[in-house]
Amino acid sequence: MIALLIAAPLLGAAVLLVGGRRLDAVGHWIGTLLASASFVIGLVLFADLLGREAEQRTVVQHLFSWIPVAGFQADVAFRLDQLSMTFVLLITGVGSLIHVYSIGYMEHDERRRRFFGYLNLFLAAMLLLVLADNYLLLYFGWEGVGLASYLLIGFWQHKPSAATAAKKAFLVNRVGDMGLSIAIMLMFLTFGSFAFEPVLSQVGDTSEGRLTAIGLMLLLAACGKSAQVPLQSWLGDAMEGPTPVSALIHAATMVTAGVYLIVRSGAIFNAAPDAQLAVTVVGAVTLLFGAVVGCAKDDIKKALAASTMSQIGYMMLAAGLGPLGYVFAIMHLVTHGFFKAGLFLGAGSVMHGMNDEVDMRKYGGLRRYMPVTFVTFGLGYLAIIGFPGLSGFFSKDKIIEAAFAKGGTEGWILGGVALLGAAVTAFYMTRVMLMTFFGEERWRDRAEASGQAAATPHESPGVMTIPMIVLAVGSVFGGAFFSIGDRFLHWLEPVTGHSEGHPPVGAWAVTAATVVCLLIGVAVAWAQYGRRPVPAVAPRGSLLTRAARRDLFQDDFNHVVLVRGGEHLTRSLVYVDHTLVDGVVNGAAASVGGLSGRMRRLQNGFARSYAVSMFGGAALLVAATLLMRAV
Amino acid sequence: MNPVNYLYLAALLFTIGATGVLIRRNAIVLFMCIELMLNACNLALVAFSRMHGNLDGQIVAFFTMVVAAAEVVVGLAIIVSLFRSRHSASVDDASLMKL
Repeated sequence: MIALLIAAPLLGAAVLLVGGRRLDAVGHWIGTLLASASFVIGLVLFADLLGREAEQRTVVQHLFSWIPVAGFQADVAFRLDQLSMTFVLLITGVGSLIHVYSIGYMEHDERRRRFFGYLNLFLAAMLLLVLADNYLLLYFGWEGVGLASYLLIGFWQHKPSAATAAKKAFLVNRVGDMGLSIAIMLMFLTFGSFAFEPVLSQVGDTSEGRLTAIGLMLLLAACGKSAQVPLQSWLGDAMEGPTPVSALIHAATMVTAGVYLIVRSGAIFNAAPDAQLAVTVVGAVTLLFGAVVGCAKDDIKKALAASTMSQIGYMMLAAGLGPLGYVFAIMHLVTHGFFKAGLFLGAGSVMHGMNDEVDMRKYGGLRRYMPVTFVTFGLGYLAIIGFPGLSGFFSKDKIIEAAFAKGGTEGWILGGVALLGAAVTAFYMTRVMLMTFFGEERWRDRAEASGQAAATPHESPGVMTIPMIVLAVGSVFGGAFFSIGDRFLHWLEPVTGHSEGHPPVGAWAVTAATVVCLLIGVAVAWAQYGRRPVPAVAPRGSLLTRAARRDLFQDDFNHVVLVRGGEHLTRSLVYVDHTLVDGVVNGAAASVGGLSGRMRRLQNGFARSYAVSMFGGAALLVAATLLMRAV
Repeated sequence: MNPVNYLYLAALLFTIGATGVLIRRNAIVLFMCIELMLNACNLALVAFSRMHGNLDGQIVAFFTMVVAAAEVVVGLAIIVSLFRSRHSASVDDASLMKL
């Protein structure tokens, strides 16, 4: 049954990619049908788990031995527990909705069948990642989603920018993947296995240093996949892919794989406080990094991408807090999956109605022309900034509380960063909202300037708006549904463990502070973008704005440190190769050549000189014989 | 019987032959010097044979003479053809395989 979950989208990918042009007419239906089938199977399994006692909700299915070598057992085995169930529902649920949406979004693309094949491939790989019962199989899924992400970012490969972005995402991800493979090797070295059960249960008998090393390598892997500092640079460029891809892969599911990895390996991090601290630091830094970048981007998708980075920073921060935060990290992950996928689909809908224009400075006043998109995007917006009562409020508030509850100076710093992040989130999301749906209709000026009649933006077809509505409902009620009666906590607690945090100030005070920060952020954004008209050409801006527009110099940093550094390294290696290695080889050849040149002179053709050497040799032999006899 | 005097003579002949090979250029003279060395050896062999009172050394001496005779046949033929092609019997002139 568990294997069927993965088999359905895998079958879809195989049929669509092998089937060829004959399937062009029905390809998108096959893809959507199989994704939904996977979702239905997920629901059945979920009902089955709900019917059991909390302690018996872990199902392990052993499919076959993958690499059976003495002492090295790798099995294809699946583990379905509350954590992976949550992910399965999120992946297949949001995945199916986005399949439906893509039917409309990709309607005019002649390679739509292939697109659905890749989407199904992604679903299969992502399900494999979250269902794997050992780290090696997880790694397989991990690479699979990387491949699907590469193929989908570069889907419009005729655009050089898309091809480059795909390569960039793949390369940056490889750095993280190296971390994961090293972590798996270290695990095998330490525990003699890489299945979850033996590894996570033997943590107590292992030295802290080794665990810290494993933890840091896992963190590196998570940074790569989840676009966390320092491996964050690929996510913004990944927006070159079609918008449904950004919604599914680069907002709701794949980029959260890093959080899954850390929560799944919670036992290791609990025993390695240094690695845990590194996770919180990465989370806190990325949270602010993404938020700052998001404030300056004029490209609607890049602004949302920066926001994704920042929200995953929240999740990492929570995951780094240990049992205080694991549950809330996953809860924020799920609610974020809803509202961020909804926001991206909304952005896609806007682009669809605006001839693929992505610059928000050329939007404005769209709420009259796209009412459904406006309402669903607006609800997603309220959810992400944490408006009280919507899902983002519940999950983010819990994370901020948990950060304060960490205690000591660290708690204050982390809590303060999280609060600041909430204010900045409110600012940049309000900015996106105001620039897109409110204000003057700036697209009209542009069309007139180019001498055409202004093409009126239009609402998207029902096949696109229905998924948006469903996601909007999820982003409104999801948080409340999870939080009331601590449903999500009780559901996930048996897997991740939980310890109740006690913030130094009352929980109500944290909530009040969050709301105040949120209102300040909204007010500042309104003062800047709502009250005044938005200039159609970006003003020069302050130093910080200009830096944020360049992604806080992430690419420049990578260029100077890694590209230049790499060039210098290769150049010096080439120098060593030329002088040292070639020197030895060429020197040996030259000395043999020189020696034989000298020897050749003996062969001069004069019979008498040969005779001299013969006599000399004979004399030597006689002398040697006499000498030996004397001795 | 004391072979010392015979051995002195053999060494003297051998030295003369060797020196001749090394310092003379004429192929015929060289040839004769080689014969001289061979015969010095023969003398030593026969002297030792006599000293030991058996015939082994004399048999080897005959063997040497047969080989030397064969060598003379081949060697003189080579020298004649060298002289014909180069108009000289000097071994130094024949330092190259080609003409």
